[in-house]
Amino acid sequence: MSSLATTLSPEERNSFYLREDHHPENATLLGFWLYLMSDCLLFAVLFAAYGVLGGSYAAGPGPKDLFDLPLVAVNTSMLLLSSITYGFAMLEMARKRQTATLVWLGITGLFGIAFIALELYEFHHLIHEGAGPQRSAFLSAFFTLVGTHGLHVTFGIVWLVVLMAQVHRRGLTVPNMRRLACLSLFWHFLDVVWIGVFTFVYLMGVLR
Amino acid sequence: MAARLTRCLLLLLLPALLTGCNAVVMAPSGDIAVQQRDLIVISTVLMLLIVVPVMVMTGVFAWRYRASNTKAKHTPDWHHSTQLELLIWAAPLLIVIALGAVTWIATHTLDPFRKLGRIDAMRPLPADIKPLKVQVVALDWKWLFFYPDYGIASVNELAAPVDVPIEFEITSSTVMNSFFIPALAGQIYAMPGMQTKLHAIINKAGDYEGFSANYSGAGFSHMRFRFAALDGAGFDRWVADVRAKPEALTREAYQALEKPSEREPVRHYGSTMAGLYDAILNLCVEPTKMCMRDMMRIDAKGGLGLNNVYNVARLTYDQPRQPGRGAYEDSYVLALCQISPDQLQATRSDAPRYSPLR
Amino acid sequence: MTIEPTERSPLMQAIFGRLSWDVIPFHEPILLATFVGAALLGVFVLVQITRAKAWGWLWRDWFCTIDHKKIGVMYMVLGIVMLIRGFADAIMMRLHQALAFGDSMGYLPPHHYDQIFTAHGVIMIFFVAMPFVTGLMNYVVPLQIGARDVAFPFLNNFSFWMTAAGAALVMVSLFVGEFSTTGWLAYPPLSGIAYSPGVGVDYYIWSLQIAGVGTLLSGVNLLATIIKMRAPGMTLMKMPIFTWTALCTNVLIVAAFPVLTGVLGLLSLDRYVGTHFFTNDFGGNAMMYVNLIWIWGHPEVYILILPLFGVFSEVVSTFSGKRLFGYASMVYATVVITILSYLVWLHHFFTMGSGASVNSFFGITTMIISIPTGAKMFNWLFTMYRGRIRFEVPMLWTMGFMFTFVIGGMTGVLLAVPPADFVLHNSLFLIAHFHNVIIGGVIFGVFAGINYWFPKVAGFKLDDFWGRVSFWFWQIGFLFAFMPLYVLGLMGVTRRVSHFEDMSLQPFFVVAAFGAVLIGFGILAFLIQLYVSFKRREALRDDSGDPWGGRTLEWSTSSPPPAYNFAFTPRVHELDSWHDMKARGYERPRDGYVDIHMPSNTSAGIILAGISAVLGFALIWHIWWLAGLSFVALIGTAIGHTFNYDRDFHIHANEVTDIEDTRTRQLSALRS
Repeated sequence: MSSLATTLSPEERNSFYLREDHHPENATLLGFWLYLMSDCLLFAVLFAAYGVLGGSYAAGPGPKDLFDLPLVAVNTSMLLLSSITYGFAMLEMARKRQTATLVWLGITGLFGIAFIALELYEFHHLIHEGAGPQRSAFLSAFFTLVGTHGLHVTFGIVWLVVLMAQVHRRGLTVPNMRRLACLSLFWHFLDVVWIGVFTFVYLMGVLR
Repeated sequence: MAARLTRCLLLLLLPALLTGCNAVVMAPSGDIAVQQRDLIVISTVLMLLIVVPVMVMTGVFAWRYRASNTKAKHTPDWHHSTQLELLIWAAPLLIVIALGAVTWIATHTLDPFRKLGRIDAMRPLPADIKPLKVQVVALDWKWLFFYPDYGIASVNELAAPVDVPIEFEITSSTVMNSFFIPALAGQIYAMPGMQTKLHAIINKAGDYEGFSANYSGAGFSHMRFRFAALDGAGFDRWVADVRAKPEALTREAYQALEKPSEREPVRHYGSTMAGLYDAILNLCVEPTKMCMRDMMRIDAKGGLGLNNVYNVARLTYDQPRQPGRGAYEDSYVLALCQISPDQLQATRSDAPRYSPLR
Repeated sequence: MTIEPTERSPLMQAIFGRLSWDVIPFHEPILLATFVGAALLGVFVLVQITRAKAWGWLWRDWFCTIDHKKIGVMYMVLGIVMLIRGFADAIMMRLHQALAFGDSMGYLPPHHYDQIFTAHGVIMIFFVAMPFVTGLMNYVVPLQIGARDVAFPFLNNFSFWMTAAGAALVMVSLFVGEFSTTGWLAYPPLSGIAYSPGVGVDYYIWSLQIAGVGTLLSGVNLLATIIKMRAPGMTLMKMPIFTWTALCTNVLIVAAFPVLTGVLGLLSLDRYVGTHFFTNDFGGNAMMYVNLIWIWGHPEVYILILPLFGVFSEVVSTFSGKRLFGYASMVYATVVITILSYLVWLHHFFTMGSGASVNSFFGITTMIISIPTGAKMFNWLFTMYRGRIRFEVPMLWTMGFMFTFVIGGMTGVLLAVPPADFVLHNSLFLIAHFHNVIIGGVIFGVFAGINYWFPKVAGFKLDDFWGRVSFWFWQIGFLFAFMPLYVLGLMGVTRRVSHFEDMSLQPFFVVAAFGAVLIGFGILAFLIQLYVSFKRREALRDDSGDPWGGRTLEWSTSSPPPAYNFAFTPRVHELDSWHDMKARGYERPRDGYVDIHMPSNTSAGIILAGISAVLGFALIWHIWWLAGLSFVALIGTAIGHTFNYDRDFHIHANEVTDIEDTRTRQLSALRS
């Protein structure tokens, strides 16, 4: 930035204000990114809690007794696929094709719902077996970590539906495109977190 | 200026106040606490090396460069000097290096988990001396002391012989507390289901105060006990007196004692149930409870699987202070094993378990 | 006052949850009197507003405002109101401790006393210090960087109201139910459902969670503002030092508050769902809570103090009539403190039994923080060196800070030596230490800041005499209130004790109570200062916009600044750009104004925060239907708000011309 002073014309060097209306760069994406980083820290807390409590089964079941890897693999692929389809939606958005964008968003949402449904099934199954979040510190940490991720995805789906409605009503306007970009960041962020969950909780839990 | 004046006055007063009143932290009676006091003094002096010049400079600069003093130099654009900058970073750095070295050494030598190496600054620890063992339990809101070598216990009174190392093992029954006898040594937390240790020695006979230093609820203010440092014969007499007491600290007696209460009088138990401290530490005084120790061992092997998923009542350790909200009501699974009655009485022996210096 | 589960029909239970008439403290005369007093005052204020027909103005121009300046002022007002509440707690504690000796049990039952010390800590940190700091940053940062507003003006309004909603919940706890009795950090297992079954801890959790959302979003907001919205030419190393400290503080907020949200979330799961994060049961681990809360808690200390370091830097430089000595090293010191503040959290619990190596590591990192802090102290000193120091009220507070803070810093480093901490931890020495740095640093800094920037906010200076009175009462009161506590700490007296047997301690507590009374006079003098200044505003008026000979951009606009801050965005060439402009003969533009693009006001922030407060209340009292309803309403309103695309407007060039012409006339009248 120090080169700025040298690139200024002599006239500018002696002026203390801009004559035209100054439009600073839009900060929305940066702001949203900052929010995501803070959210990342929230997950870091939950991962840390799982790291500390992950071995405290309270003489109850451990990961090997509980986790159904094939189910989780299907679940994971749902979320990963949804990230890819969101990518397609963003590509269509860049081409200004509203309908195609909406279709891809819809598919993304369906994958998201499938993910949540599978997760709810898994939770229901565990609780039915007696392995609910109250059974041990390990299960508390597990349900909280995975559940918080699930809540984020649920929130993402709600947001997705709202955005679809807004794109449908107003088209691919600049604010709408910015919002889609934010949700895109959010969605991929959740994907990254899930990869952490899948590796750290499920794979390492069962294979250890 | 008045503020500075008051402060100076207060600083002048401080030593007077400290000697006038009982500043136990500054005049302790145990070797560990004495070393901790010395550390406070050394650190303070080290820091005063920089704090005093700063305060003097603040005063001098404020006075000399006051706006009405037009004779003083004024350099409105002077804002950088490499030498000065080096100095202002280096001066605190040097102090911190010195203090850091002191800290590293002192933290290791005064680690509460570390066995003592001396009786006091003058006397090394004889090789054959046997320390006094005391097991400490913080209850709501009183202190329970076990003397495992004697099979006795006391409430809200701790006695120890002078010049004999004491090994404390410390735990709590419900919430976090902090075991602190300022005259003896620094504090350490007492936490449920966990054990902390403290090695200390008292060098002067007398009556001292001990208490919880970590807030633990409504009765916290009166969670205090007497620490009696006795000479060897006095301690033996104290032990004999306690032993003569008919009261036994059985499981039932402990469970009654453990209920929240304030300002408990001193109590002595002539005998204790074997393994009671261990059971308290492992939160399994209630025979139906699984001991933490066992639970952790099972967990280390991967848990008991889904077969044991409903076996939960014996894992509920928190004992609500208010009746009617307990987790006890839904107890329905018993423990797998129980302590046999012949284990209930601790072994007793008449030989002193510590070796007094007489 | 414990809440006994009374027999009630399932229907009543479903409708009111735990709420009943029994929870209103009719039987506590102190609380009842407070309630009556507060209610009368509230009615009086409401009547006055109604009589002045000010509701519309208040709602449109203040509650719904997205102007960072007005939001900054509202933060300060919130801080002042809560300061009075927090101080009331403090004086009650001091009075009680001065009385509760031997046979006298004092005038507060332990249960009430425990609530008071908890509330005092929570309020002073979260609802006094935080609003003050956020308010100063909100008001000053956009002006200092030559911006029209913050990056997300609506979010700013929302953040404020969330903070206010959290504060409101704490206040409600005074009259409905009880507050937490666990100490301000609510260590489990004590704060768990088994040992604290009442609503107190729930009030604690939800007020902090709601306010925490506000703090976090305001952190994101200011961070984005500072990164993206600086005037052209203002590189990072040409940023005013206050903005630098604000930048670091907001980095800390964004990186620390999620941890608080997380750990309080886990605690609430323990309490509401029956999980086992911090219980003794089922493998929970209470030590994890202590670690996590301090991973937030230590950076929080620097969140509070760093911006005030910025204030002191601005004040010292301005009132010494000199450029700040060692700007670059000041910036590096701030950044180093920011990073190091994450590596010291364990020094809050050396006594938990970590090994000697762990303890000494954290002890030494703590000491290392004192190096940049020491460097800062020297920088201020050498800024004064060869200056022309005017001892106006802001400078007075700064001098008070410099004398007081070094003592606090010294005792702080002392506490960082683990074996010394073993005897001083949890003692009144510790209490004296952190009040020494928080009063001597944060509070003195806030008052320096208020006195310094008030003319910018209001267009007239604060009364000098009452400012001095307030300072001396605070300074001397502080010494009387806390020097005895240092001594008591060395006598082995611990914190949070509600009754003493040792009569020899009483004189110290009496002196401390006397000190607290002096501080009370200090607060009173500040309120009088505000009142007197308002009455004498014509005499104190400052039309120049630059009453102190300031050096940074906020002094280049009128006082108070127009809604758009700057008619033309400034171009920055130097550090201390306003000083540079004055030195190089800057001429104010007189014509050629253009339309200015501005965000419009909205009521969404206050509505969302209001619903959040209801949600929090419902969760505290287990009124599940209301919790569900308000949650749905919250999400619905938020979604509804996103359908509003009409969020900005233009201030027409004619209007700008009018405002700026008035300013031109004002300035020329001043010159002639």
